[in-house]
Order: sequence, then C-alpha cells, then structure tokens
Amino acid sequence: MKILVCISQVPDTTSKIAFTDNNTRFNEDKVQFIVNPYDEWYALVRALELKESLGGTVTIITVGPLAVEPIIRKALAIGADDAVRIDMDPQDAFSTAKSIADYARGKGFELILAGKETIDFNGSEVGGMIAGLLDLPFISLASKLDISNGSAVAEIDIEGGVEVTTSPLPCVISAAKGMAEARIPNMRGIMAARTKNIEVISSDVAPLVQVKAFTLPAPKSAVKLIDPSNMDQLVELLHSEAKVI
Amino acid sequence: METTEKSTLKGGEFLIRESDSASVFIPEEWNEEQRMIAQSAQDFLDAEVHPNLDRIDKMEPGLMHSLLTKAGELGLMGVSVPEEYGGFGKDFNTSMLVAEVAGAGFSFAVALSAHTGIGTLPILYYGNEAQKQKYIPKLTTGEWKAAYCLTEPSSGSDANSGKTRAKLSADGKHYVINGQKMWITNGGFADVYTVFAKIDDDENLSAFIVERNFPGLSLNEEEKKMGIKGSSTVQVFFNDCEVPVENLLSERQNGFKIAVNILNIGRIKLAAAAIGGCKQCISTAVNYANEREQFGRSISKYGAIRHKLAEMAIRTFASETATYRIGQNIDDAFDALVAGGMEPSKAKLKSVEQFAVECAMLKVHGSETLDYVVDEGVQVYGGMGYSAEAPMDRAYRDARINRIFEGTNEINRMLTVDMMLKRAMKGELDLMGPATAVAAELMSIPDFGDQDDSPFAAEKRTIANFKKAVLMVAGAAVQKLMMTLAKEQEILMNIADMMIELYVSESVILRAEKISHKFGDAEAALKTDMAKVYLNDAADRIHIAGKNALNAFTEGDEQRMMLMGLRRFTKVAPLNTKELRQRIALKMIEENKYCF
Repeated sequence: MKILVCISQVPDTTSKIAFTDNNTRFNEDKVQFIVNPYDEWYALVRALELKESLGGTVTIITVGPLAVEPIIRKALAIGADDAVRIDMDPQDAFSTAKSIADYARGKGFELILAGKETIDFNGSEVGGMIAGLLDLPFISLASKLDISNGSAVAEIDIEGGVEVTTSPLPCVISAAKGMAEARIPNMRGIMAARTKNIEVISSDVAPLVQVKAFTLPAPKSAVKLIDPSNMDQLVELLHSEAKVI
Repeated sequence: METTEKSTLKGGEFLIRESDSASVFIPEEWNEEQRMIAQSAQDFLDAEVHPNLDRIDKMEPGLMHSLLTKAGELGLMGVSVPEEYGGFGKDFNTSMLVAEVAGAGFSFAVALSAHTGIGTLPILYYGNEAQKQKYIPKLTTGEWKAAYCLTEPSSGSDANSGKTRAKLSADGKHYVINGQKMWITNGGFADVYTVFAKIDDDENLSAFIVERNFPGLSLNEEEKKMGIKGSSTVQVFFNDCEVPVENLLSERQNGFKIAVNILNIGRIKLAAAAIGGCKQCISTAVNYANEREQFGRSISKYGAIRHKLAEMAIRTFASETATYRIGQNIDDAFDALVAGGMEPSKAKLKSVEQFAVECAMLKVHGSETLDYVVDEGVQVYGGMGYSAEAPMDRAYRDARINRIFEGTNEINRMLTVDMMLKRAMKGELDLMGPATAVAAELMSIPDFGDQDDSPFAAEKRTIANFKKAVLMVAGAAVQKLMMTLAKEQEILMNIADMMIELYVSESVILRAEKISHKFGDAEAALKTDMAKVYLNDAADRIHIAGKNALNAFTEGDEQRMMLMGLRRFTKVAPLNTKELRQRIALKMIEENKYCF
C-alpha cells in the first residue's frame, strides 16, 4: 500500500507565543519546534502499522523552508521510508493543500493521511482541501482506521457513540486521538534517517489568506473565592459583578 | 580568534598548561542526531519511567526487568557499543549524553547504567572475540541483563582484599568459585555477572563471566535501602559454582586492573547522570517556587529563594561543562590512538585511563553537586519538601548513594592526588618544574602592570593563579612530607578539593568564552554570569582548602609567606554576585525550568 502522510512543524506546547512584523507573524525566535502531534502520533504511526501489516511504502510530505528538515528527519527516524519537502513558506491552508495535492496527483497514493489539525493554527483545513483538490473521498477526525477488502474503514467518535464510515481507496483521512499510539524513534531509526531521501520540490501556489494582525487573548482576571456557606453573596456577585444572572 | 585546530591536553595536564576555548567541547555544540537520541531517551523516561516511579520503588515483580528490556529495544543499551556487536558505534560523549538524560530516572537510572557500564563493559573491553560474540549482542539488545560482582562484606574500598576464591577443577574444564558478593546492582534479575575472585593464592584478582544458571550460584533477598529502592540490590553466593575455563575474562590476575579501568568509565558516566538528576530537580523546584504563594506572592519572587535556584543552576552548569569537556578529551584521545593503529577496545581503555584523574574529580563534583541541589530542592519546597508524597523526597534519598558507589568520594579524592603525583614521579607530567617556578614567584614582587583587559582575560588570569595555588600547596606538601604524604589523608583531600575547583572553574570560563566567540555576547550573557559567580566562589573554596593544608605542615616565616602567596593566588576582583544570581534565577523563573 502506498501511503502519503502530511506532516507539519509546530511550536512545542511550552513555547512562549509572541509576534513580530507588526503583529503579522509568529515570532519563531528561540522556539523549539516539533512534529505536529496529530500528524506524528496518529497519522504517521498508523500509516507505519498499515505498512507493517500490508506491505508498501510510507512517504511523508511537508511544506516549509530548509529549517523544517529536523522534523522531517524525526519522522524518518520513526520509520517513514522517504520524504518530500515543498520548499515554500506556508502562508495559509490553501497554498499548503494545493502544493501537496499538485505533488500527489498521479503518483498512485492509495491513502493520504493528515492530522485532524495542527496545534498552532488549529485550522483543520488542509486534509479536506487536499481531498477536494484531488477529487477524493475525505473522512475527518478518524480515531480508528483499518483497511478491509480494498476499502478504508474508519471510526469517528461522535456525541454518545461511534460512527463507522467506509470509503473506497484512494481517499484522504484526517487522524484524531486514538488512531495509534506514539512511537519513540529508536537508535536504529535515528541513524537510518540520515541516509533516507528528502526530495525537495518548489511550488508557486499563492496564498489566498492574508494575515492582518494577531493579538494575544486578554489575560485572565483574578478569581474571587466565596465561602460555600455564603450563597447569598455568590448570587449577589453573579448578578451585580459578573452580570450573568 | 577561533581556530579549529585541536590542542587537546593530556590527562592531568590542566594543572600545568593553559587550555584554549576553541579546543574544548561545549554542550551547545550537540548535533541534531545527538539531540534526537537524547530526546528519545527523554521520551522513554516520560512515557515509561516517570509515570511508574511508585511501582518501581515498590519493586513490582518484573517491572524493572521489562523497563530495561524496552530500553534495550529502543537502542539505549548499545549507544557506544561497536556495530559489529549489535550496537550503534556512537562516540563516548553521545553515550554520556544518554547517561545524563537517563540520570533523571531515579532507580531506573541506576539499573540502566549498571547494565550498560559495569555490566557490559568488562566483557566488551576485556573479552576475547568468542566471549564478545556470545554476550555483547544479547546485552546490547537488552535480551540479557548484566551485573558486576566486586564488593564483598569485608571488602569495599579495599577491593583487592576480597575472599572469594576460584580453583581449577581436577579435569581442568572449570573454575570452581566459592565466596560471597554484596551490593550487587541488578543482581536479582541479571543473566550475566562479571565476578571478581582470586585464583588459588594469587596476589591479585581475576575476573570471570558467570551466567545465572551456572550451578552453584544463588541469591539473597533484596536489600532494604535508604534510596534507589526500585533498583535490585542483592547478595550473590557462590557455592562450588562451576564456571567453564573459557569464561575467564582477560588473563589470570588481571581482574583488579579490569575493575579499576571499568570504574574510571563508571565515574565520569556517574557525573553525567548526576547532571540529569540536577536539571530535573531544579526544574521541579523552579516550578514549585512559581506556584507556591506566601505573604501574598509566589516564593520565586523572594531573594532567598532566587539565590538558591541560581546557585543550584550555577553548580549544575559548571559540573556539566567539565564533564563533557572530559568526554570529548576521551573521544579525541581514542581517535588519536586508533589512528595510530591501536585496537579499538584497547584504545577506549587507554583513552579513559589517560583521563582517570579527571574522571575521579568529576565523580566527586557531580555527586556532591547533585546532593547540594536535592538538599536545596527540599528547602525550596519547605514543609512539602519533607513530605514523602512530594517529589523531593525521592530525589533526596536517591541522590545519596552517588557519593558512595563507584568508589567513595573520599577514595576518589585521594586517587585524584595520588594518580597525579604518580604521573609526576614517572616523568609523564612535569609538576616539579612549575611548582618550583611558583615557589620562586613567592619571593618576587607581584607584577600588576600592563594587564590585558579584553573579555575573559581577567578570569583567565584568575585561573592561572588558581593553578599556582594548587602547585604551591601540592609542591610544598610533596617536599615537606615526602613519603608520608600518602598517609596524610586530610591534606590529600584538601589538595584534591583545590584541583577539582580549579578544573571546574577553568572549564566553565572556557565554555562562556567559546559561546561568546561562536554564538555572540547576547547568547553568552547569562552563561558568563554563571561562570563568573562560580569562579568567584571557587576562589574562596580553593583558599580555605589550601589554608587548611598549609597550616597542617608549615610554620613560621615559610607559613606566613605561603599563606600570603595563597591569598594572592586566590584573589578576585569584587563581584556583585547577588545581582548576577538574580538575573540567572529570573531567567529560570520566566521559563519555569532549568534552561541553560
């Protein structure tokens, strides 16, 4: 089975969030980058499991400048066979998705996996856009994925239950928590990563979105503690200060 | 100006030669692959070890064994084992980096390092080809676990005095071992033991590879310990234990040498592991200080706490610097020996042996830094520090063993001076020339004119003076006490303390200088602060150790002159350490962790 996994670089969850260029760009200075967890822990690992049981190859693809190669090598260390880097500064979901779709078209991928969202911009758009641009079926938020009789069988957690969806291959699936368990790259994988091929291609897809400005959320105000025996005061404050009742 | 040419010192030469910052390795230079390996080790700790610390300490059956097996599957047991034996052939410093990360793993750290160090290395470095082929691949994958049996109830620091005996069987096919070993880490589940015993009435130990299922090997119950409660520690009994003759390791009576050389590696690895423990403890303490409020604000806003956090970080940073400086020296010496045609496993031992003085010094510094850090960690936690439910309890108890095993710190201090003096006597190291020059300088008027005021020049002059202080005190001790010096343990420890403080402060100044040259002043600012505070305080530590030594064996005019010289050699310009420590602490408080 020939699988393409889309991965993205995101800031480590403990990073300090700040902006530059008149609040139009995320300030990357001193930020530690990681592979987006939904891409790595679920999409990539499930792709590797499918390869291990069904045979085939796992190619990873990312959009970004040379500086993102450490996260590509991390994904290769975990076990992907080879990688493609689209040499472009990712500006919006569309230019990213279109660049990936342009690359993937006609390459014979039977399954394209992406994380359900990135943990920085949380757009949840790229997977669906790739499917749309390639005219393929799309299953979003799959927490379980199997291949059975030439079809993808996915489970999606829904309110109070689970929805089971099947799709013919090829298709695009976005991975949610539960699809697989994170793998730690082992020594052999880390050493092999150096020798695996990273194909670099260019793209001239223009972004459709222009960032006007980012602002940080207002800091949380202090919490007022009310003694449990003093419910009258609570009601009074909810009425007069919080103005919610 | 930065040069790429290496002017690596020989072991012990730090006392008489200056080092160039371009020639030392600094942790800022870890490459992407090394960082990825370290991250894997960290991920393993976070996923498998830290969530299970209570279960590990309760010695849940099979748990530690399975953790070691998983670590083996990940490759953490074969980092610097040659590829032909199933390892990954990485350099020594990379294996030290993994030891550092694993060092934050409490009992697991001890189990892993015993397996990869004293468990595996005797066979790897002293085994013949058949022995290596038979055992190393299984130890590298973690399929088999290893332990090392040297200590006996009546033979600890005096390792060569063990009573365990081996006799060749009548048919010449087996050695029959009888005796008792104790404090055997991983002993409860190990598959392979390196056992030290004397053959017949030999003067020196021999070493044997003993498999657990050889007839006549039995184990006692697990020891009840102050700390590292999850680490298996048992007594191992040998009752007519039959060991095939082909399992004699190296040559008859070579065991003591094996034990000593393997311990050299263990010592510097222990220093690396201690750094990992320190960094984790500091991060935990910083986080608590940020969250704990008293008098209406978090305790991290108070100077008393900031002083503690900063000093914990400064000592850790300094210890880390010196540890990896030695690691790289060992790697460089190894490369040079192999390039000269030496067989790799011999070259590895030789390269470590060359830096045995430094390994012993950092064993002391690393373990004492860790004990300082965990002690202050408890203090930052206040009352909660004393609670067995809070994290400092385990950190405090588990740290303590590090000053005892791999040679007590007292033994290591005495070895530091003893090995240095032996090298001087063998003519490998010219200590007497420089010591005589220092003695002559005492008579002269100090030269204060025309001093270089470029960055780090003043600090380097201080380091040069520290060297003079050590040479003066050590030189005088040798001259005055002659053959009795070896028995003057208090004086030997004073001299060792001086050497350790000299080496670590030189290392940390060189690191700050290299960062500033390579990455710019902004990057170097806080690390330079740390180096300066360390140097400032080391001056006083060197002074008091030197004074105590001198007062023990000098008197009259000579004493006055030497004490005056010592003051001159340990003089530093006034430094507002309060302000520097505030800056260092503030950075960690902002980042909510150890961040250097």
